[in-house]
Amino acid sequence: MSSVLYDTPGPRAKRRNVILSVVFFALLLLLAWWVWTALDDKGQLEWSLWKPFTQSETWTTYLLPGLGETLKAAALAMIIALPLGAVFGIARLSDHRWVRGVAGTVVEFFRSIPVLLLMLFANEVYARSTDVGTENRPLYAVVTGLVLYNAAVLAEIVRAGILALPKGQTEAAQAIGLRKGQTMALILLPQAVTAMLPAIVSQLVVIVKDTALGGVMIGFTELLSERATLAANYANVIQSFVVVAIIYIIVNFLLTSFASWLEKRLRRSKKSTGAVLGATDMEEMNPAAVGGTFGTGGEGGGPGGFTFSKKP
Amino acid sequence: MFDFLSDYDNPTLLGAFWMTVKLTFFSGIGSLVWGTVLAAMRVSPVPLMRGFGTAYVNIVRNIPLTVIILFCSLGLADIFHVTLGASDFKIQGFRLAILGFTAYTAAFVCEAVRSGINTVPMGQAEAARAIGLNFTQTLRLIVLPQAFRAVIGPLANVLIALTKNTTVAAAIGVAEAAYLMKEMIENEAQTLLIGAVFAFGFVVLTLPTGLILGWLSKRLAVKR
Repeated sequence: MSSVLYDTPGPRAKRRNVILSVVFFALLLLLAWWVWTALDDKGQLEWSLWKPFTQSETWTTYLLPGLGETLKAAALAMIIALPLGAVFGIARLSDHRWVRGVAGTVVEFFRSIPVLLLMLFANEVYARSTDVGTENRPLYAVVTGLVLYNAAVLAEIVRAGILALPKGQTEAAQAIGLRKGQTMALILLPQAVTAMLPAIVSQLVVIVKDTALGGVMIGFTELLSERATLAANYANVIQSFVVVAIIYIIVNFLLTSFASWLEKRLRRSKKSTGAVLGATDMEEMNPAAVGGTFGTGGEGGGPGGFTFSKKP
Repeated sequence: MFDFLSDYDNPTLLGAFWMTVKLTFFSGIGSLVWGTVLAAMRVSPVPLMRGFGTAYVNIVRNIPLTVIILFCSLGLADIFHVTLGASDFKIQGFRLAILGFTAYTAAFVCEAVRSGINTVPMGQAEAARAIGLNFTQTLRLIVLPQAFRAVIGPLANVLIALTKNTTVAAAIGVAEAAYLMKEMIENEAQTLLIGAVFAFGFVVLTLPTGLILGWLSKRLAVKR
């Protein structure tokens, strides 16, 4: 056993564990039975309510187009936020105090605002001061909100990725006469991007989950709002929630698994410098998913934490 | 310029942010308790409990919070008539939102606490057992004090994220900050000003929390 809390169990501990297992199993069964009867009481187990999900029209009319919109918004947001985040992440490591200050303020500002407010705001701005059509506006607003927020989070990932590289990299680059920009573009960034890949992929989970806000609050026709249409059609609220939740779990589970596979692979490969930012490092920066937060965990540096300049 | 702020009295601006704070407070306490229980399950020697803890965390973390909150309202309240002892619709929405936030945030609290327990080196517990302390004594005197000091930082992050996540309650009509902002922004002309007011409100709520708890976590960290 690899836990600090208990030894490899002896005969007495084994017996105790068996008893605890049995009791816990009984409790779980009780819970399952309770849920089952509650569902049955309200007639939620009737086949007619579940049947729509076995028919292909349900999927082609509601669920798959909704999932498509969800993934489209997530992909767009990631593609736009990534370069933006890189710029701000690098700016936060600048040698010039004012560049650091401005970039830091922008990043901390957008990280401390709920992504829902950003979406609501963007939606209204598009409605009033642009000629984006009504049918495109929710998508635009959702992507804008996600980009503003996630660019700030990605900036922190980029910063952490660059800081995680061994100091010798910069020193060697300076020794062969590279300028600051060259050091960043040729030496640090390519390595940092590799190190950051798992963290970037796991950030996608956060983005996919956040698209659901757009569905409820500003009428974006993504998976969750398609669920409402579907449930209105077949009167299967509970069932549609269950199915939609399962779809989200599968998509996000695939992304998480891919991220940790990538992380393991990168840690193993001999070419890398050993600096890999995984999903767990990410959680320090951006834990409870719908929103992220400040990198207060460990040495990552708190708000306005440490900078890259090596002056004493 | 700020005239419009006084036109709203259900809720008022301060009332809406007070609702945000209340949601955060109660969900914070709830998720701390439930999350610690889950963490205890995940590190327990009983495989079935570990399995349950792992399954809960992995499932709940991958569902959007919006889905959970909406389910609490449309599923639990409308179909199963779960009212949580509430007398009217408003209180019911408030309590259901807390239930949803607690269920969701607990998964993240669990992960934070578990990582805290993992920061305690094996040798400490081995040494504790060597001087004859039993399981509870090891846990109470050696492991947990160090673990909790190690997780202040991550828990602060969870708390800040929770503060921002409470805006999702607007989706089921709880009159908190995002709800009021949506209403104002649709009725008033000063979009930018309203956005700035609410953004400022959240910066005021989250920035000090991050700074204070970040400072605290550095001060209390066990230096190894």
